[in-house]
Amino acid sequence: MKIAIPVDEQNLESGVCPSFGRAPYFLFYNTDTKESYYLDNSAVASQGGAGIRAAQVIADHGVKALLTPRCGENAEEVLRKSEVLIYKSIPGTVQQNIDAFAAEQLILLSDFHPGFHGHEK
Amino acid sequence: MKSKGVKIAILSGKGGTGKTLVSVNLASIAERSVYIDCDVEEPNGHLFFKPEKVWEEIISVKIPFINESLCNGCRKCVDFCKFNALAFIKNKPYVFEEVCHSCGGCMLLCPEKAIGEQEKPIGKVQKGVSGNVSVHTGIMNTGEASGIPIIKNLLSESILVKELPVFVDCPPGSACIVMESIKDADYCILVAEPTVFGVHNLNMVYDLVRLFKKPHGVVLNKCLDGENPAETFCTENSIPILGRIPFDRELGTLNSDAKIAARENEKFWILFASLLETVMKEVRHETTVNPQR
Repeated sequence: MKIAIPVDEQNLESGVCPSFGRAPYFLFYNTDTKESYYLDNSAVASQGGAGIRAAQVIADHGVKALLTPRCGENAEEVLRKSEVLIYKSIPGTVQQNIDAFAAEQLILLSDFHPGFHGHEK
Repeated sequence: MKSKGVKIAILSGKGGTGKTLVSVNLASIAERSVYIDCDVEEPNGHLFFKPEKVWEEIISVKIPFINESLCNGCRKCVDFCKFNALAFIKNKPYVFEEVCHSCGGCMLLCPEKAIGEQEKPIGKVQKGVSGNVSVHTGIMNTGEASGIPIIKNLLSESILVKELPVFVDCPPGSACIVMESIKDADYCILVAEPTVFGVHNLNMVYDLVRLFKKPHGVVLNKCLDGENPAETFCTENSIPILGRIPFDRELGTLNSDAKIAARENEKFWILFASLLETVMKEVRHETTVNPQR
């Protein structure tokens, strides 16, 4: 299964990025083949709608599950309609999150925040 | 020479500086005038004027709707949208209405003519009368992306009586919504607070009016005895000072009770009448020196 994680740096020992839409990179990881690659997030400098664009990239790459600490309403709508499941990531490294997902220890994300519209604290 | 139908915009780099105080009082002093509240996110001029005979008009924008039977899934619209208002889900475009900026690009681009337009209300314009003042207010619905279509409606030439002076109460700051509000102004009044922070905000709108090549002057509000950094800034940059409003408890009380000071107290009538006279002199001078306006 192909999963995706927003990341701050391009290595498995870095942390999960606290923002989904504005994460600098996405890690794509295949849990069957253990193959992975990184992609620059083209939405990072968007004036608005970053979550929609980021979710689009995730869906376009055929991802079945996204691991993220949080996610906005618009991104959630794109992902849900594209049949991508959203799991809540845990504190720790990207590798620890991949392992937790493989061990079925992650839960589905259930609360989705409205857009920040430039008011992100 | 133009003085009767002159359009005067009142702006400042931040909220709470005194734009509405200056706007409503100047409009009240003028024999007859038009007051336009372009601060569509939080219009408050109507609280002072309490206009009567109010009628309103809904303002809508055009947003796309997808005719799925015509769409061939080419995705050109989704890739084009710089606002990320379109997503591509299961081979069909999907519109996020609140993110759309109504640019119309997707409709133009669609090779299958599968994108039509629909009206979406974003707010309203209210017009009423308060004594000698015709009061126009723009009100944007909460959460909308841009109030510019409302401001365009407020300022469209056809609705304004040409002989009357117009006072445009602008939104705070110097973003595109302010640019739209001052675009057709003959003169800009910059309202400034006597603090270092006030100077920073004054500088923002000072840059803006110079960029738009608008004749301008400053009203120093909340003046206290002693040093006034905003005044120093004006002197250093040779910006005309149009008037000084004192930091006055009585004025503050009237204003916080949503009363128009010039209508309540002769002292303030004189203060704002003198300010209006200075502004009109400046406007006449500017329109003579720069007759293209």
